[in-house]
Amino acid sequence: MIRFDNVTKRYPGGHEALANVTLTIDAGELTFITGHSGAGKSTFLRLIGLIERPTRGNVLIDKRSTRGIGRRQLPAYRRNVGMVFQDHKLLFDRSVYDNVALPLIIAGASHREIGKRVRAALDSVDLLSKEKQRPATLSSGEQQRVGIARAIVARPDIVIADEPTGNLDPELSDGIMHLFERFCDVGTTLVIASHDHALIERMGHRRIELSAGRVQSDSASMTTTGELFEV
Amino acid sequence: MGAYLSRHAQVCISAIGKLVSTPVASIMTILVIAITLCLPAALHLMVRNGLELTGGWEVASDISIYLTPGASLESAEATRNLLAGRADIETIELINADAALAAFKTDSGFGEALDSLETNPLPHTLVVTPIRGLGAGGIDLLEQELSNMPDIDQVQRDTEWVETLQALLELFRRGVWITAALLGIGLLVVIGNTIRLDIQNRRDEIEIMQLIGASHGFIRRPFLYTGFWYGLGGGVVSLGLLAALQVAISGPIQRFGGLYGSAFQLRGPTLEEAGVIVGLGVFLGLIGSWIATARHMRAIDPT
Repeated sequence: MIRFDNVTKRYPGGHEALANVTLTIDAGELTFITGHSGAGKSTFLRLIGLIERPTRGNVLIDKRSTRGIGRRQLPAYRRNVGMVFQDHKLLFDRSVYDNVALPLIIAGASHREIGKRVRAALDSVDLLSKEKQRPATLSSGEQQRVGIARAIVARPDIVIADEPTGNLDPELSDGIMHLFERFCDVGTTLVIASHDHALIERMGHRRIELSAGRVQSDSASMTTTGELFEV
Repeated sequence: MGAYLSRHAQVCISAIGKLVSTPVASIMTILVIAITLCLPAALHLMVRNGLELTGGWEVASDISIYLTPGASLESAEATRNLLAGRADIETIELINADAALAAFKTDSGFGEALDSLETNPLPHTLVVTPIRGLGAGGIDLLEQELSNMPDIDQVQRDTEWVETLQALLELFRRGVWITAALLGIGLLVVIGNTIRLDIQNRRDEIEIMQLIGASHGFIRRPFLYTGFWYGLGGGVVSLGLLAALQVAISGPIQRFGGLYGSAFQLRGPTLEEAGVIVGLGVFLGLIGSWIATARHMRAIDPT
């Protein structure tokens, strides 16, 4: 589903955020990306969302190289990738409902379908009662959940989330993670960057640890390279 | 398809909402567009009215026929009677040379100087008024035929100054086009700049839209509608300005016309011309916002 083929990302100025990363994430898998800040988690996600392009190597989605996705094909590609941002990226001049409806409006869904799906998405993040409010009147955690509802509302094949539970209390975090698991069950591929180790341990899904732009350990391959050499 | 159209309608209307939410800025922009459209339009209307007016004069213009000096009054009368039978002549008046000299003496104040003349230097004169609707070609032909007649020294149309005026108006008409073209470019810059500011103010929104998969067309649409409304508003307001202008100068124009015994009335824009003015506003609004979005949206692209 998602394949990183020897991917290196070097930013202008020389900082190497990812170095020779090769890994595969299967369709319908829920994967956590962990590591210290600056380890390359966000860059990893941004390469999937094509917000960044690899300096070397190739990112393949559904066995198709993303190098062939040009400016014109980009919007259609992004509609299939739901993104949850650390800073939420909500539109503050419109209601919670309108924020969540945006991906459906962009996709050209009918009015009735938009209403149905937006309410379902808001219900799943427990914000149905606040649909008419502006994001600015919500707490940071609530804004985060609006962002999550927007990322899932159009039922994309891939959802990437950068610290989606960063501002949530443990109870809500568990709720959101279980929501992500439910999406996983219907075939959505989820890639979540997080440093909430306790939560990740509880969930027990695949876990890729990045360190200085390299894969430190991958629970799926069992070759926890770093640890092997350390021991 | 229904969803697409209703989405268009919604964007179209919410673009008005955005303009209304910043009334002062919107009104200023619309006024700038209106005034810019109004200037060449007013010039055009002035030229058109002038052409209509002088066109009327040409048809009704008189021709003066100066007979050979020394020709007798009898031969002048014979010529008049001969010409009176022509179908293309409405009226013909004979001005006796002696009567003309007498009138000149009293009117000019050169009475004593003129008294010293031994003979009357003035010829007998015929003033011919061609029939209405003869047209420039018909009058030319008449003039030609008259000058070929015997005993006639000189034929002069009293329309030369009208022709000069018309040539001047033609020059003005070219000027209208040049002015319109230059102001049109200016308008593109004004609208483009307004939309550019709008894009900058909504930079975050555009970036978010791009991140969640909105196409360029989708993001561009509200800005195009904003440009459309600016253009439409500017066009309609400029019609209002033209109407006000017409009211303001129609009084003096009528008095001026009255002095020359003309019932001339200033005519405002026809329905067609009004359509062109508003259409031009809308066209420039769309093009200006199109250029602005094409230029500035690329800069925001997060990839």
